[in-house]
Amino acid sequence: CGRQPGSIVGVHVHCYPNLCPYLFFFHRQEIMKWNGWGYSDSRFFFNKKGQAEFTGRRYRLSGLIIPGLKDWFESTFGASLQHKTPATVSPILNSSAVQPPTLNEAFVEELKSTGIPLSHDAEDRVFRAHGHCLHEIFALREGKFGRVPDMVVWPNCHNDVVKIVELACKHNVCLIPYGGGTSVSSALECPPEETRSIVSLDTSQMNRILWIDEKNLTAHVEAGIVGQDLERLLNESGYCTGHEPDSMEFSSLGGWVATRASGMKKNVYGNIEDLVVHVKMVTPQGVIEKSCQGPRMSTGPDVHHFIMGSEGTLGVVTEVTMKIRPMPEYQKYGSVVFPNFEQGVACLREVARQRCAPASIRLMDNEQFKFGHALKPQVSSIFTSFLDGLKKFYITKFKGFDPNRLCVATLLFEGDREKVLQHEKQVYDIAAKFGGLAAGEDNGQRGYMLTFVIAYLRDLGMDYYVIGESFETSVPWDRVLDICRNVKARIIRECKDKGVQFSPLSTCRVTQTYDAGACVYFYFAFNYRGLSDPVHVYEQVEHAAREEILANGGSLSHHHGVGKLRKEWMRDTISKVGMGMLKSVKDYVDPNNIFGNRNLL
Amino acid sequence: SDSKYLDPMLKKRDDFEDILEERRNSSDLRYALRCYIPVLYKELTPCKASELKSMVLQSDQLRYVINQVCKETGMAADEVQAEAAAILEEMAHRLQLSTIRFFAFTLSKVFKTLFRSICVNEEGIQRLQQAIHEHPVVLLPSHRSYMDFLLMSYILYTYDLALPVIAAGMDFMAMKFVGEMLRMSGAFFIRRSFGGDKLYWAVFSEYVKTMLKNGFAPVEFFLEGTRSRTCKSLTPKLGLLNIVMDPFLKGEVFDVSLVPVSISYERILEEALYARELLGVPKPKESTSGLFKARKVLSEDYGSIHVYFGQPVSVRSLAQNRVDRCQFNLIPRHIPRKPGEDIHSFVNDSAYRLVRAQEENMVLKPWVLLASLLLQNHHQMQVAEQKQEMALDELTEQAVWLRDLSRQYGAFLHWPDHVSPSEAVSSSLSLHRGLVRISEGRVQLAFEQGEPCSTVTPEEELLNQAVIILSCASYRNQALHIFLRPALLASAIHTASSSNKQEVYNSFSFLRNMFSNEFILCPGATVQDFEEACYLLVKTGALQINQQEFVVTERGHRTLGFLTRMLDPFLQGYQVVCRFLCEDATEGLTEKQFVPAVRKFIIRHILTGRLRYTEVLSSDLQKNSLAALLRLGAVQKLKGYVGVCHPCTSVCFDWLRQKQAS
Repeated sequence: CGRQPGSIVGVHVHCYPNLCPYLFFFHRQEIMKWNGWGYSDSRFFFNKKGQAEFTGRRYRLSGLIIPGLKDWFESTFGASLQHKTPATVSPILNSSAVQPPTLNEAFVEELKSTGIPLSHDAEDRVFRAHGHCLHEIFALREGKFGRVPDMVVWPNCHNDVVKIVELACKHNVCLIPYGGGTSVSSALECPPEETRSIVSLDTSQMNRILWIDEKNLTAHVEAGIVGQDLERLLNESGYCTGHEPDSMEFSSLGGWVATRASGMKKNVYGNIEDLVVHVKMVTPQGVIEKSCQGPRMSTGPDVHHFIMGSEGTLGVVTEVTMKIRPMPEYQKYGSVVFPNFEQGVACLREVARQRCAPASIRLMDNEQFKFGHALKPQVSSIFTSFLDGLKKFYITKFKGFDPNRLCVATLLFEGDREKVLQHEKQVYDIAAKFGGLAAGEDNGQRGYMLTFVIAYLRDLGMDYYVIGESFETSVPWDRVLDICRNVKARIIRECKDKGVQFSPLSTCRVTQTYDAGACVYFYFAFNYRGLSDPVHVYEQVEHAAREEILANGGSLSHHHGVGKLRKEWMRDTISKVGMGMLKSVKDYVDPNNIFGNRNLL
Repeated sequence: SDSKYLDPMLKKRDDFEDILEERRNSSDLRYALRCYIPVLYKELTPCKASELKSMVLQSDQLRYVINQVCKETGMAADEVQAEAAAILEEMAHRLQLSTIRFFAFTLSKVFKTLFRSICVNEEGIQRLQQAIHEHPVVLLPSHRSYMDFLLMSYILYTYDLALPVIAAGMDFMAMKFVGEMLRMSGAFFIRRSFGGDKLYWAVFSEYVKTMLKNGFAPVEFFLEGTRSRTCKSLTPKLGLLNIVMDPFLKGEVFDVSLVPVSISYERILEEALYARELLGVPKPKESTSGLFKARKVLSEDYGSIHVYFGQPVSVRSLAQNRVDRCQFNLIPRHIPRKPGEDIHSFVNDSAYRLVRAQEENMVLKPWVLLASLLLQNHHQMQVAEQKQEMALDELTEQAVWLRDLSRQYGAFLHWPDHVSPSEAVSSSLSLHRGLVRISEGRVQLAFEQGEPCSTVTPEEELLNQAVIILSCASYRNQALHIFLRPALLASAIHTASSSNKQEVYNSFSFLRNMFSNEFILCPGATVQDFEEACYLLVKTGALQINQQEFVVTERGHRTLGFLTRMLDPFLQGYQVVCRFLCEDATEGLTEKQFVPAVRKFIIRHILTGRLRYTEVLSSDLQKNSLAALLRLGAVQKLKGYVGVCHPCTSVCFDWLRQKQAS
């Protein structure tokens, strides 16, 4: 298989043979949890003193004690450290509980002859049978496995994928592409009704940067590469993509393309659809790609848009040319405290109107502000804690902010130093008009940290009867306040109606701004003590919340995608004709439903 | 579970507490000046009445309409803006606590003189308090008297609840001083009709929505639109309900609580006034001095008032699975749009449900039953050409029978069970001395005993009698909603060509349709109403259903007789209106001329003995029947003129004629 990094080996084109960072393992489960989020060595737990600690050495929070978490946790959820619900199965997967694989012998034989690595080991299969929806993780913790792939293959390059797809078509085998496994839309779930042999196509070995073109500022990358590796490798040559979805530690380039991902810093770098210059995808009908790399084309509907968001239903994305940028000279976090959420939204709207949004600007509501506050690690010096107290006093007593109403915006500026400082001033000036007070870099940075550790926190909650999840939408500006209020209230109402004994955590943040609207992110979690089927209750509430989102003018999804979780609303979302269009594409590209994950349509 | 749903007996209602009791035992002044700290809406951002006005004038909604008006009329923007400000100025309330305190003091004095008690269900108050805290609240009291909204504010003040802002008709404002006083106690004034006036509508609806959305105060208005002169609930008006539901439908608030309030007066202050008005006998112009003809009114006993705060109804739950809120996604929400068909029917259905909820919680006094019996007896004796009176014992016996029947039908009847029935009857009668006379153990309606050959013309005498009869009818009408559905069934059985269930249903459905301007009959609920009526009549042993055939039982005849007689005046009334339109209406009859003309026609018929129900003289009934005939297509309106279609073309028309012939 050709490991030649492109034929145009020029001065400005680098290539990276034989890289082997973390996630290049065939068996990711060796360093990652199979029934929870992230690295096996990183997790929250309550120590003997009842203080929360974060293990490992990978994150800024690692090895630190978080003194405020216990109180926040107990008071927010009515939970107690006395009431534990550890995962009912041991950290080691019991492979006898997994259904034996249904193998298509002829397919396996022919595939073996190509030399492409494959496995039908139970651990490998279970690991690739799920994303990170609550019900998926909950089932794993209880040791319950539904339909799992019958086999896993690890293509090493585009040509391997071509061979696999050809064989799958020949032998009528169902293929499910697997990138980072961070899906939260049930996209990776094997359709239980699927009778054919299901093969999980793990793209993790296709992880090379094939070339970098400094003249055009593009890089040609294999689609299996994981976000953090891509960024790190590019950084080594002084570049970055700037694409940083919250899942970037684990999610893959191909996955971003297949779900229309969005990155935290999209204000500077754009979302995936803005970053992609060229895509190669292997489908049952053959390979689809454009003939040139022109920055924009008027050649009928953009075929890239059939690929982006296709969620693995049409083929496997194998290689992507994407824009790169020189690494920013200077980065600065920041934060602003507003007296209330309304003022904060008004400020974000104004920032968007003036088109001066920093690389990232996020507005957390009061509950999320308190959540973030609870995650403050133990301060080492009396001086810092004194300073914190002073800050608090200044904001609540001197400025008269109600601690139960105030909210905070976190900011991230990037660029050359002078411009960043100028930009920073502009944004703070706007914020001041809406009663915003600058609240320091620390608060800002901690806000962003929250997004990386939130998924670990869910695992902690699940040890103590607390389950939860996040979901998102995009909505026009004039609807932002209404949708936040109504969806949060709906969650609380539904929990009550469904018999949840404790008041839930129902919180949101405005997480992206656009010219014509914003992306809103909701967190929802509750204590399920006393419920016989908590996951079902959870799903009913999430369903109701989505209905509420749609009734308030929100979209079905901003970047998580549809998968199987939100399929039922697709028709209303894109109209009957729209569905017909997508279906006819599917029918042409994949008439035998080889890519049979049944997402989207 | 089916029977549970149908059985009105299973309704649970709260107990009452008399709020005047405390007033009789402690200082009114201290009460008026006491510390008042109401529970407010949890998301309220406090603002003054003046800030409210500028919020309205600066709203996107209003700015859009002002722009539109400018384009259409060519007027300058600031001119239109000024006009909008003037409209708002004319409309807006100036709620202030001091005025409320003034009213708290004076009304305490007045109420104690006029009424024996003002009874309020405290659990309802607690529910309301909770509702006010949670969501914007709309108060929907029934409307039988001018007293209603002062009474409402008085009660809310008494219980430390947020004082409402009240939509009131402009006619109040004409009363200079009273108008301003009411304004300062929370009333805002709206013109009775402003059909095409876009700007007026925009100011008005935005004003109401702003107050509601911000939780400034509970918004109060009368679903029935105006005081019911007949004490029947009026078919609901949808304008304001549309406005208060809009913020929910457009997602501007999470929910809105609608609270139906049933105010029942044992004796209505305006009793005789209403009867005169319905008869077209000139009434004193609404003026400050006329509102209380102080001395006379104050010296009388008006019994007690019962105010029942119903279960708050969530607009969100009403709209669930009914309205697709996504329909507002594609056009900016501040651009006014006519509500679509689905919204209209949703609001209409909700309005009927709410009026039904008002009806269900109306407290009925024994007198209401007595009035029904006395009226029926009056007419029966009239037909038999006997003296129109009744032995007190007999009345008591019948009243006890009717008491039990109405309770089985789920009436919210306050019958004094601690005294003997005869005592209960006579004390009820004594409160209504002006309407009934008792002499030598016999009861009759209190007609003026004119000398046989005095100067009074027969027409004048008829009208004098009619005042008494319509007054009595207004009390009977309070019980109509209890008996309505069974009465429609009884009449249907009476008129249907056979006792086959389907035949009877058809007949029921026709009558129900015919009377849907007259009574509160929820649109589209024919089958449900029919089933409820069947259920009640069968359950009480008046009716049996054997293989799709209705059989009236031995004891059922009394019930069915009573029920048909209850509806008969209305049937006769509709027939006589038909007859008028066929026989007497000249071409080019305008709507304005209709009532005087039909009245004349009816008087002629009564005086010549061709018609026995004096209450048919009620202009309310005449207008309702015209509206029904218009709706059914038997009559057409051409440029303001009322014309009759050819009678033979209309099924309903034929039917009414046949019915009359039989």
